[in-house]
Amino acid sequence: MNDESSHTYTPYHPRWFRPHVSTYWWLSRRAYLAFILRELSSIFVAWFVVYLLLLIRAASRGEGAYQQFLTWSAHPAMLLLNVITLGFLVYHAITWFNLAPQAMVVHVRGRRLPARAITAANYAAWIVGSLAIGWLVLGASG
Amino acid sequence: MADTITMQVTRYRPEEEAEPTVQEYEVPCPRDWVVLDGLNYVKDRLDGTLSYRWSCRMGICGSCGMTVNGEPKLTCATFLADYRPGPIRVEPLHNFPIIRDLVIEMGDFMRKLVRVKPWIVRDAEKPLAAGEYLQTPQELDEYQQYSMCINCMLCYAACPIYGLDPKFIGPAAIALAQRYNLDSRDEGGQERLALLSEHEGIWGCTFVGECTVVCPKHVDPAGAIQRYKLTAAMDSVRSFILPRSAP
Repeated sequence: MNDESSHTYTPYHPRWFRPHVSTYWWLSRRAYLAFILRELSSIFVAWFVVYLLLLIRAASRGEGAYQQFLTWSAHPAMLLLNVITLGFLVYHAITWFNLAPQAMVVHVRGRRLPARAITAANYAAWIVGSLAIGWLVLGASG
Repeated sequence: MADTITMQVTRYRPEEEAEPTVQEYEVPCPRDWVVLDGLNYVKDRLDGTLSYRWSCRMGICGSCGMTVNGEPKLTCATFLADYRPGPIRVEPLHNFPIIRDLVIEMGDFMRKLVRVKPWIVRDAEKPLAAGEYLQTPQELDEYQQYSMCINCMLCYAACPIYGLDPKFIGPAAIALAQRYNLDSRDEGGQERLALLSEHEGIWGCTFVGECTVVCPKHVDPAGAIQRYKLTAAMDSVRSFILPRSAP
């Protein structure tokens, strides 16, 4: 693009200084770190989807495969991974809901809904969804 | 309470030095002085060679954006007393080349701004005799927030994406594109979308959100970009389902 920096200084060819962005820029501000962790959380979301698919596959292959899956899941390394995954999933969900009002503009009867209402609706949907799944899992087995 | 404060100001004199250095100045710190007052004191009384931009002193012109203790700020709206006992660090805005001291090179932003056509685009102008373009208060509300942008570039300084990839069109330019897209008098939405749906446009943004946090005029560029993404996504879904429908 511009190569002014290669010029030697004269009043008509100023030599600009181009600051360099550090590899660790994401540690320079708390908000950047929160952002990078949010991006990182996608990996754990992906892992959770894979784990869920493996569970479904095991369940569909009968009692033996399911028991094997449970034993595999009870391994300390798997437990640790899934606890970390849960933490990142909750972080992902919370940051997602908090950002939602910026992307969603909802008008009701010609008026723009306030940001809080949109966040609250997202949380409410999360709670209802979680309760429904909880009821399905626990209610069915109990 | 201290009545002076130390300002650590970035100096860059390209005719003398290869990279920026820091110079300290002791300035008065009355309650009603902003960082810009401190810089003006330095320029008037201590060191006339210090270079920086400023104009209106009242948060309208957008000239005096600098990095104050690591945060992009309008120096006319940032009080010295809030940084007591100091020292207070004043640097040029991040993510831009430095010309001299606190003066950054803004040509890149200016070129990008023009590319998004931040003016009302009409397919055909109404004749003058047909009167003005009328707008309801609700229609005004749709875009008014985005029209508050003063081009101070604090959002560019806060955006790590722009820092890492200077091709990214950036928060203010996209928010201003959105300001005209949402204007009921404008018909240039498709032209702007063609430019902004590129990778360097809206899809370059990963929603760090700091542009919105630092914006002194509460424009919410991050929100504008996410809304734009939704519009672009709907547009491509629509053209996939109904390929023949003219936009």
